[in-house]
Amino acid sequence: MKFIDEYRDPVAAQRWLAAIHGLVTRPWTLMEVCGGQTHAILKYGIDELLPREVTLLHGPGCPVCVTPLEKIDRALALASRPNVIFCSFGDMLRVPGTDRDLLAVKAAGGDVRIVYSPLDALKVALENPDKQVVFFAVGFETTAPGNAMAVYQARRAGLENFSVLVSHVLVPPALEAILGSPSCRVQGFLAAGHVCAVMGYTEYLPIAARYKVPIVVTGFEPLDLLQGIYLSVKQLEEGRAEVENQYSRVVTKQGNRQAQSIVTEVFCIVDRAWRGIGVIPGSGLGLRDAYAGFDAERRFDLSEVGPRPEPAECIAGLVLQGLKKPHECDAFGRRCTPEHPLGATMVSSEGACAAYYRHRRVAAGQEGAR
Amino acid sequence: MCLAVPGKIVSMSGDDPWARTAKVSFGGAIKDVSLAFLPDVNVDDYVIVHAGFALSQIDEKEALLIFEDLSKLAAGLDGDGESPA
Repeated sequence: MKFIDEYRDPVAAQRWLAAIHGLVTRPWTLMEVCGGQTHAILKYGIDELLPREVTLLHGPGCPVCVTPLEKIDRALALASRPNVIFCSFGDMLRVPGTDRDLLAVKAAGGDVRIVYSPLDALKVALENPDKQVVFFAVGFETTAPGNAMAVYQARRAGLENFSVLVSHVLVPPALEAILGSPSCRVQGFLAAGHVCAVMGYTEYLPIAARYKVPIVVTGFEPLDLLQGIYLSVKQLEEGRAEVENQYSRVVTKQGNRQAQSIVTEVFCIVDRAWRGIGVIPGSGLGLRDAYAGFDAERRFDLSEVGPRPEPAECIAGLVLQGLKKPHECDAFGRRCTPEHPLGATMVSSEGACAAYYRHRRVAAGQEGAR
Repeated sequence: MCLAVPGKIVSMSGDDPWARTAKVSFGGAIKDVSLAFLPDVNVDDYVIVHAGFALSQIDEKEALLIFEDLSKLAAGLDGDGESPA
């Protein structure tokens, strides 16, 4: 397919790799922000082809992974109600709540439906006027405009049987939380290309300047990732800390204004808890007061669902902050697998633990996995 | 979840800017896509699609840069003139 195949060309990939090898004189640690990038890096074995000096840490950019346990439990409680049709993107269905997942609720008779787009959930609401339809609105800045549009259209149509369970998160505050940690090892970021397609990249300029880290807006194909790594390492070797745009075929500096405006119309910035990490101030989106009537947490009494402790053995929070690699967990591949996950990072294909499990060519816990 | 896929617009319909849609071909598979966030695209343009919404038009000139940059590197013309290994 055009705009995919050419960015997977193995000859060009070898040449980018040679360029990176020719550039490196010292150890450098980079973090790719987006789980989609993590998945591609592991799938194509890019981390194993890089010079030994270059370490990739895997970032928190996996909405499935960072949606807090309490929010999952609320989704489970809503989906279990007899008059509710619960609509969700497919990758949320196997995320473990305290005692089950959405798939188990569906198996027990709950009306849980997988949708491809939030507009599909809106359609379900129109077709089922005697049911309450709840859409699980999760995701980063990439997903926020579509979810905002569904709420906007529901209000415009006066749709009274549609609501959203919101757990939206934002990238820049998470980067600052990572950079502000005393144990932070990240020296440069590959920023998430599709988040920047919506938001542009001006909000990364003060972060690069304040923390003196290169930030390179990077795409998702192997050549994109290799060029993003090349540009980051080049900046580090030259002592620069700038924002660069590798993914210029898709991302502009200002982003998509129409998409931004619908997000601002429907959502406002709120504090948000990240699973395994904790509350990061100003790191999420919640519904504005004008749209509060579409907030499932206000429409339904969910007081029975309170804060719950994470499974003690799961180190997903450390993995999401780049402080541990998946195979450094004792449970990895033994008591925690994609079939029986302890934490959400083992569920989503974009979760670092699941990507390591699926694509690693070394056995669980074995030395040599970098 | 931020997966977004490039596709080619094969037809468009609707006048309401919030409800304009396109049929987009992803290597032959056709899907309905909202154009609410891309008011200025046309048939034959390539767009990046996420969860049923076109988020960005692909800039076909910029798309070639990665290969031009690689040629420059090979020719030792990168930035300050240093040559890669």
